[in-house]
Amino acid sequence: MDQALQHLVNGTVLGGTYALLGIGLTLIFGVMRVVNFTHGELYTFGAYMAYGLVALLHVDFFLSLVLATMLGLALGALIELVLLRPMRKADIDSVMLVMIGAALVLQNAGLWAWGGVAKLVPTPFAGTPLVFGPVSVLPLRLFVLGVAATLLLVFWLLLERTRAGIAMRATFQDAETASLMGVRVGWVHTATFAIGSGLAAAAGALLGPVFMVSPAMGDLVGLKAFAIVILGGLGNLPGAVIGGFALGYVEEFGGGFVSSEYRDAFGFLLIILVLAIRPQGLVALKERVG
Amino acid sequence: MTALLEVEHVAVQIGGLVAVADLSFTVEEGQVVSLIGPNGAGKTTAFNAITGYMRPRQGRIRFRGQDLAGLSPERIAALGLVRSFQRTSIFGPCTVFENARMALHLRGESGLLGALLRLPGMRREEARLREEAFAMLDFVGLTARAEVTADSLAYGEQRRLGIALAAAAAPQLLLLDEPAAGLNPSETAECMALIRQLRDRGTTILLVEHDMAMVMRISDRIVVLNQGRIIADGPPAEIREDPEVIRAYLGTSREVPHAAA
Amino acid sequence: MSAVFGWLFVAAMAAVPVVFPDPYVLSVLTSAGIFIIGAISLNLLLGYTGQLSLGHAAFFGLGAYASALVSLGFDIGIGFGLRLRLDPQPVFVGFLAGIAVAGAFGWLLGRLAFRVRGAYFVVITICFAQVLRMVALNWVELTQGPMALIGIPPASLWLPGQGVVPLYTKPQSFWLVLGVGTLAFLLVRQVVQSRIGRALVALRENETLARSVGIRVTHYLVIATVLSAGIAGAAGSLFAHYVRIIDPDVFLFIYTVTMVIMVITGGKGTLWGPVVGGLIFGLMPDLLRGSAPPEAQWIAYGVLMILLVMFLPRGIVPAVAGLLPARRRPAPAIAAMVEPAP
Repeated sequence: MDQALQHLVNGTVLGGTYALLGIGLTLIFGVMRVVNFTHGELYTFGAYMAYGLVALLHVDFFLSLVLATMLGLALGALIELVLLRPMRKADIDSVMLVMIGAALVLQNAGLWAWGGVAKLVPTPFAGTPLVFGPVSVLPLRLFVLGVAATLLLVFWLLLERTRAGIAMRATFQDAETASLMGVRVGWVHTATFAIGSGLAAAAGALLGPVFMVSPAMGDLVGLKAFAIVILGGLGNLPGAVIGGFALGYVEEFGGGFVSSEYRDAFGFLLIILVLAIRPQGLVALKERVG
Repeated sequence: MTALLEVEHVAVQIGGLVAVADLSFTVEEGQVVSLIGPNGAGKTTAFNAITGYMRPRQGRIRFRGQDLAGLSPERIAALGLVRSFQRTSIFGPCTVFENARMALHLRGESGLLGALLRLPGMRREEARLREEAFAMLDFVGLTARAEVTADSLAYGEQRRLGIALAAAAAPQLLLLDEPAAGLNPSETAECMALIRQLRDRGTTILLVEHDMAMVMRISDRIVVLNQGRIIADGPPAEIREDPEVIRAYLGTSREVPHAAA
Repeated sequence: MSAVFGWLFVAAMAAVPVVFPDPYVLSVLTSAGIFIIGAISLNLLLGYTGQLSLGHAAFFGLGAYASALVSLGFDIGIGFGLRLRLDPQPVFVGFLAGIAVAGAFGWLLGRLAFRVRGAYFVVITICFAQVLRMVALNWVELTQGPMALIGIPPASLWLPGQGVVPLYTKPQSFWLVLGVGTLAFLLVRQVVQSRIGRALVALRENETLARSVGIRVTHYLVIATVLSAGIAGAAGSLFAHYVRIIDPDVFLFIYTVTMVIMVITGGKGTLWGPVVGGLIFGLMPDLLRGSAPPEAQWIAYGVLMILLVMFLPRGIVPAVAGLLPARRRPAPAIAAMVEPAP
């Protein structure tokens, strides 16, 4: 029972960052109909930026998290302007191939620049866990969960309360009508891709210090982001949050009680199962893709 | 004698909205029957339900006495009930000849083994299908265009090809969804001649069409739909005089059943 | 004309070990050939059915592991105290097992994945390869996990009068790959130029219309997937017995990406596309070797892929074919065939 409680806490911490990843990816799909293969690379990018800023340039840890997120935002905007804007009229498969190409470039550029050895990001947090009764948790992880939750809330407010958010939601619903209503769809796309990328970079910058930073860290994470998004239903924002936590718990409990070796496989098995039984995802979706 | 197609109390909902409320009609063998009604009356939805692209919520559809409930479009086509489409009616990047050969799928039966080993039976079948494809293109007057890609055809030619694709495998019942939409008068006349020829070859036809002049001249019977329900069912002369039909058309548009589009 | 050219190409390739017996050249060509077979199989799905299947490395890896394990033999626990044991089998049995196992998984994936389309389909195929990689990493008793399966015997061939002959030398391996590659090419050609091929193209171009003329969607997509998976399994098996060591990385996404790049570079949905693309991308890494680090090579791949999709979306083969004078059709034959029609 105590163990289950511990897993619940760990799953929540994990789920928070997964939700960040998923929500960026699903936003990009929903607004732009782009299956973003660079998402995992933006995550890696965020982590390396945090590492570079903290460990090499000795920037303050908290400030470097903000800066890493901003850099991710900028890189996302760049990708959108250079690659996606010319591909606006192309079919979804061609865009996927372009994004795979971009992911290859980003990952190997990272490998070239940083080398293959995993890096450790120093943090100002104590290495001793906080103990609450039967449950113990590292302060850093608690901080990560707090930031993830804050970011999700900020994102939600942005979408609900700002003009940009309204334009984004309108494009999400129906791009054609939105453009007739005066929404500048091109800039909405840039903003969407930048924000989605920024969230991925933030997730990377947050989890980089928890684990290690390595060039291939985005591979699995990128795929997991797909898993999260599929679980929640492609293009479904609340679904992505639910999917993120679902994957976090499945991995934690599956890894804890079934088999720790197959920890990472549970998510993928879950997707295959979900798609086989309920192709539209766990959370009902208004439209079908394809 | 039993009807070729029997539609009984069929209801279809799309996203919670009632598209077809209660539809019952029959199509007798050898006839040309038209399904007409104002826009949004549920005609295309009825086609989708009959050909397996949508599941009716209620009711029963029988073709040659067989219940079609739960059958996929491809199974229904194999039974001899094929439809044409309003828009997506050709395989664009392929040549006209290739289009014809693809549409003759049901006229062949060779499988993997035949394909791999090129057995004599398979070769004979391929030769026969090639001939049938040319015969079909000849039938719709596209022989000279056999080697161009379908999407480079003129609009009227594309529509004819669309009908040819649906008629290719010689179905017993052919559902045509607005075959004359967007055609000029001479093309419409050609289209009408084509439908008559198909009927004379023994194909029963169920037609959805907005061109009332054409519908009146070509149909043996007309079924009028409005807001998902049937409001009239009878021969053209009767429908022309039906007060409720006139009201339905005047109520939604200025199109009167006499006028051509 | 195309057939004559094709056989000339095979003959020229077959002559390489004789006129140019450089072991390095042969080993480069052999591994390029293995990936070309993979690309040929992927093209059946990607090019002819139009389904962007991004889990293709799964079939390659399954073929490799199945073939290696059957020829090495294994003895594993399967729960309830039971054990499953297989003595080492001749390599050609492993080869067939590789094809069969990959094909069977192709059937399974086809049944599951074709319930969805578009992005969902892509993600399900990627996940499929990932799950297999996890299994290969963690089922150590069977696969040795990250320690890799080593000591895989080389390919062998049964020859009349000589019995089973192991293929140790570079020319032998090369000829074997060339032979299997030619068979794979012919197999795909036979299928594509048949009623099945027409059904696949019809589904690719317009699924709704294809169904309306009676083409059974799942049936034909599953046929294509099983064939494609089987051929990829054969390529994986050749790979296993050629490099003679297999680790879970054969399931990596990057292998799928390599095959995808080959197919779209050459021209998806064309018979020669994967061969042309495969030759380019199979030989390029070795031409670049020494002059640039592998990262730079992958960056070049990525950039090339982006440029191709943007500026030459149909690939090299159709572009070149478009430059050649149009092949004239025998017009009189058409007239002759039409005449008997009413």
